[in-house]
Amino acid sequence: MKLNTPKLMLTALALAATSAYAAEPVIGLITKTETNPFFVKMKEGAQAEATKLGAKVMSAAGKTDGDNAGQVTAMENMIAAGAKTILITPSDSKAIVPAIKKAQAQGVMIIALDSPTEPANATDALFATDNYKAGVFIGQYAKAALNGKKPVIATLDLFPGHPVGAQRHNGFLQGYGLTSLDAKSNELAKPAEVVCMADSFGDRAKGQTGMENCLQKNPNINVVYTINEPAAAGAYNALKAAGKEKDVLIVSVDGGCAGIKDVGAGVIAATSQQYPLRMAAMGVAAGVEYAKTGKKVSGYTDTGVTLISAKAMKGVDSKDVKTGTDLCWGNK
Amino acid sequence: MNSFKDKLPPMGTLGPLIALVLACVFFASQSDRFLSTQNFSLILAQVMVVGVIAIGQTLIILTAGIDLSCGMVMALGGIVMTKFAVDYGLSTPVAMACGLAVTTLFGYLNGVLVTRIKLPPFIVTLGTLNIAFAITQLYSGSQTVTDIPAGMNWLGNTFSLGGATVSYGVVMMLGLYLFTWFALRETPAGRHVYAVGNSPEATRLTGIPTEKVLLGVYVLAGLCYGLAAMLGVARTGAGDPNAGQTENLDAITAVVLGGTSLFGGRGVILGTLVGALIVGVFRNGLTLMGVSSVYQILVTGILVILAVATDQLSRKGAR
Repeated sequence: MKLNTPKLMLTALALAATSAYAAEPVIGLITKTETNPFFVKMKEGAQAEATKLGAKVMSAAGKTDGDNAGQVTAMENMIAAGAKTILITPSDSKAIVPAIKKAQAQGVMIIALDSPTEPANATDALFATDNYKAGVFIGQYAKAALNGKKPVIATLDLFPGHPVGAQRHNGFLQGYGLTSLDAKSNELAKPAEVVCMADSFGDRAKGQTGMENCLQKNPNINVVYTINEPAAAGAYNALKAAGKEKDVLIVSVDGGCAGIKDVGAGVIAATSQQYPLRMAAMGVAAGVEYAKTGKKVSGYTDTGVTLISAKAMKGVDSKDVKTGTDLCWGNK
Repeated sequence: MNSFKDKLPPMGTLGPLIALVLACVFFASQSDRFLSTQNFSLILAQVMVVGVIAIGQTLIILTAGIDLSCGMVMALGGIVMTKFAVDYGLSTPVAMACGLAVTTLFGYLNGVLVTRIKLPPFIVTLGTLNIAFAITQLYSGSQTVTDIPAGMNWLGNTFSLGGATVSYGVVMMLGLYLFTWFALRETPAGRHVYAVGNSPEATRLTGIPTEKVLLGVYVLAGLCYGLAAMLGVARTGAGDPNAGQTENLDAITAVVLGGTSLFGGRGVILGTLVGALIVGVFRNGLTLMGVSSVYQILVTGILVILAVATDQLSRKGAR
C-alpha cells in the first residue's frame, strides 16, 4: 500500500481541528421543539454568538411541546459530551427540576430561557420575556384604540393551565383596566367584557376555527386578544370571511418576522415583541464567561418587550413597523 | 342466517347518527345561536379538511389497515403546493398538481411496502409519518408559507345558499363523499375493497387481485390527503408546516365514530362524514357554551370507546 500524502494531511488537519474544538467551551441548548420558528430563531442566535466568541453550541429538543423525557436525555448526552453550561426552555417546568439538580451537582451551570422552572430558583438564572407585561402593553393599546367604546372581547388562548398563556391573557385584561388575575395565576380571568374564550393551541387553523365560533356566539365582538401571531392570522381570516375585518381590533404577542409583517399589512393592530435571539445570545455569552472565569450568572433577566404597531396611540409607548422588522425576534 | 336481526340496520350504522342528533339537541338547548343554517355551514367548513382526509382513511381501514401518516402527508402536500407557487412562481394549477402528485406518491409508497414487502400497515405508516413530517420541516425550514396566489384560496371562497354561506371546499367534500359512497356500493372495485377487508385469503382464491386492490386503496388515500391539503391551504390562506398534527388522529377518530370497523370489511363511508361532524359539533357547541376545549377531548375519547365497543358487541351478536 502506497502512502497517500493528501489523505495523511487531511487526517492531521482533522486531528488538529478536533483538539482545537476541545479547547472551546461547549454550550448546550435544549429547546421545546425543533420546529417552532421561535426556537429555530433561538438556535440561530446561539450559533451566531458562539461563532463570535469562539464557543461550540450543541442543540437538541424534545419531540413535542411537553416532552420532558426527551429534554432530560438531551441534557445527559450534552453533559457526557463535555458541556459546562446548558441553556434550556423547560417543556415541563416541574418535571425537569430533578435532572437540573443532577447536572448542577456535576458543576454544570443551567440557565432557563423563555420560561421559568418551578421553583424558579432551580436554575442558576432565567433569561426570559415578562409575558404579563407583554399582555399589559397590548391591553393598554387596545383600550386607547377603542377610545371609550365599550369593549366586546374574544380571547384566543393557548390551552388550559399553561403559565405563559395565563400571563399574557391576564396581563392583557389588566392592561385594559378590567378585572383580572395577577402574574402568578395559571387561571384565565373572565370579566363580563370577555364574551368568548377559545383555545387556539397557538395554531393558525385552530385560531380561525375559534374565531368563527366566537363570532357565532357574539357577532358584536370588537376586540380580539390572541396568544400569538399565527392564531391572530387565523382570527383575521375568520373575520374577513364574515366581512368584519375592518371593525375588529386584533392584538397579539410574539413579534416574529411574519407577525410584524401582518402588523404592517393591518391584519394585527399591535403586538408585543419578544427576543428569542437575544435570550440565546445572552445565554451563550454567560456560558463562555463561566468557562473562562468560573463566574456564574444568577437571578432573572428581563430580555425585554416592545410594543409594535403601525398606528401609534396617544399615551401608549409603541414603536413602528420598521423598527419591529429590524428587531424581529432579536435580529441585530 | 335470515333472521329478523339481519334485516335491521346494524348499530354500527345508526349509532353515529343518533349520537350526532343527540349532540345537536343538547347544544341547541344550551345556546340559542347553535341552531341555524349559518352555524351548520360553519361547522361543515371547519370539518372539511379532516373530512376529506378521513375518506382516504376509511378506504384503508375498510381493508383492515390503518394509515398513521395521513395528517403529515397532507401537511407535506400543502407545503409543496404553496412553496412551488411562491418560490418557483409556478401557476396555481401546476403547483397544486405537484402537491397532489407528492401525496399520491406517498400513498403509493405506503401501498408498495404493505403489498410487496408485506409489512404491517401500522408499521409502514408509522415510518412514513416520520418521513413526511421531517421532509415537511426540512423543506419549509419550519416556516409558514404566506402570500400565496389568490387562486389557491378559491376553495375557501363562499357563496350563499338560503341563509347559509357555503364554501366551495365544502361542496367538494360533499361531492367526494357521494362519489366514494357510490363507488364503494355500486362498482366491482368498491365491492372488492370490502371483500379484501373481510377475508383477503378467500378474496384471493376467488381470483380477485387483492394486492392490486390494496395498492389502489393506498394510492387513492394519498390522493385524498392531497385534496385535503388543497382545502387546508384554501381555508387558512397559508402553507402551514405544522398542519396535520391533530388531523392525523382526528381522521381515524372520525372513521371509528362513523362506525367503520377497525377489523376491516364493514362500514359505510357516509358514517365517516357523520363522525367528522360529531367532532366539529362538539368543538363549535362547547365554544358557544364557553367551555374549555379539554371537555371536547374528553367527550371524543368516550365516544371512540363507545363506538368500538358497539362494533365489537354487534360482531358478537352476529356470530
